Amino acid sequence: MKTLSRRNLLSTAAIGLGGFLTGCDRLNESPAFRDVLSSAEDANFTVQRALGSRTQLALEYQPDEISPFFRGNGTQNPESDEYQAMAVDNFTDWRVAVTGMVTNPLSLSLDDIRALPQRSQITRHDCVEGWSAIGKWTGVPLKLILDIAKPKREARYIVLRCADTLAGGPYYESIDMIDAHHPQTIIAHMLNDEDLPIRNGAPLRLRVERQLGYKQAKFITAIELVDRLDDIGEGKGGYWEDRADYQWYAGI
Amino acid sequence: MTKIRPRAKHNLATRLWHWTNVVALFILFMSGLNIFNAHPRLYWGSYGANTDPAWLELSRFPGWITIPGHYSLADGRLWHFFFAWVLAVSLTLFMIISLVNRHVQRDLHIRKREWNPKAIWGDIIAHLKLDFSHGAGKYNFLQKVAYISVIFVMIPLMIFTGLTMSPAMDANWNWLLTVFGGRQSARSIHFIVAWGLVGFFVVHIVLVMLSGPIRQLRDMIFSGREEEQQS
Repeated sequence: MKTLSRRNLLSTAAIGLGGFLTGCDRLNESPAFRDVLSSAEDANFTVQRALGSRTQLALEYQPDEISPFFRGNGTQNPESDEYQAMAVDNFTDWRVAVTGMVTNPLSLSLDDIRALPQRSQITRHDCVEGWSAIGKWTGVPLKLILDIAKPKREARYIVLRCADTLAGGPYYESIDMIDAHHPQTIIAHMLNDEDLPIRNGAPLRLRVERQLGYKQAKFITAIELVDRLDDIGEGKGGYWEDRADYQWYAGI
Repeated sequence: MTKIRPRAKHNLATRLWHWTNVVALFILFMSGLNIFNAHPRLYWGSYGANTDPAWLELSRFPGWITIPGHYSLADGRLWHFFFAWVLAVSLTLFMIISLVNRHVQRDLHIRKREWNPKAIWGDIIAHLKLDFSHGAGKYNFLQKVAYISVIFVMIPLMIFTGLTMSPAMDANWNWLLTVFGGRQSARSIHFIVAWGLVGFFVVHIVLVMLSGPIRQLRDMIFSGREEEQQS
């Protein structure tokens, strides 16, 4: 009797587990349930912002802690003829537009960028996939560019337009004004004291050190200030956010 | 006139937490494996990527053991972070309530006299002989050690190594990186302790099965009655 009920218990548990997993897969496809799950993003955003100041710095490392090789991810080499021609020319004619809700729109060359005050930081890059690499980034704080462009009061987000496409869609990303003004948020043109390699985003990429790698837009062509994200791309604020439901806030 | 009602074997907070925790840990483990599949290599230290030496390199875990049942880093993360909150909030509440209602002090606290090699050895032998009579107190020495390590060591380790993988939390709490020896070490510890919890789960289920599973299950759902102390 006892063994019988024990066996019953085990088989009930096995059936229950099978049902549970099928149920999970079904829930995974339910938009309403996904909304419930993604409420954790809001919680993470609120709590992680609340636990540190706006200018809380990411840890900076020592030169001997730099990764021997800084791997690239996503687009390793943008395919467009325009980009390839620029690359051959060492990006001499590259321009980055600062547009949208600014009183003073800009079009900056790489020399313009290099002429602004620079910041170097040895930071850790954390990919959403799980790996990390440490590198020394040099560039101009985004805040300084914004100070020149003078954002209008309605501006709430910075959209970064990129020269690469992935699976036919243009890459783009966005951050809010708090991260845009963070001291370590820079438009970087150097990695480990050399011009940015193409796989890491030549000639310009974003560093936003308190977020994951997919936020660090590469091959930047434009910095656009907007008051809302829902009319850009498919409305979720970034390429992977639109395509795969990655969190817009990538603090974890 | 006064009839002494036997105390509930498991109080409401314990039962609620137990089952919430079962669901959360199952989902966290399986969605965690889906996330792990995005980069099935583990490193020690601050950094680690494909060209760096890994101490463990696996192929992807199969779909039957992941949530969702197909490879999706994005969906795995959706599940993982929601249930991470469930895990952390429910553990915190359980800890507070169990200190207040003295579950920890009364049932889990290991008394001085229990730290006795001879008694511990006796307990091990008794377990090996599948003798689960408890003597005085609700739990024996090995049970207490197992429960304390899950509640106060392993799950908190999971939470804090999980937070160490967050670049935002590392900025807020630099000490996380110091404590765990870098983000990649934290990721490795997260993976190891996750399997440690699986180990606990297996032993726990086997012991429940061997010690009157129907009664155990019923008590963990409907509270049961504390056994009379043997003297």
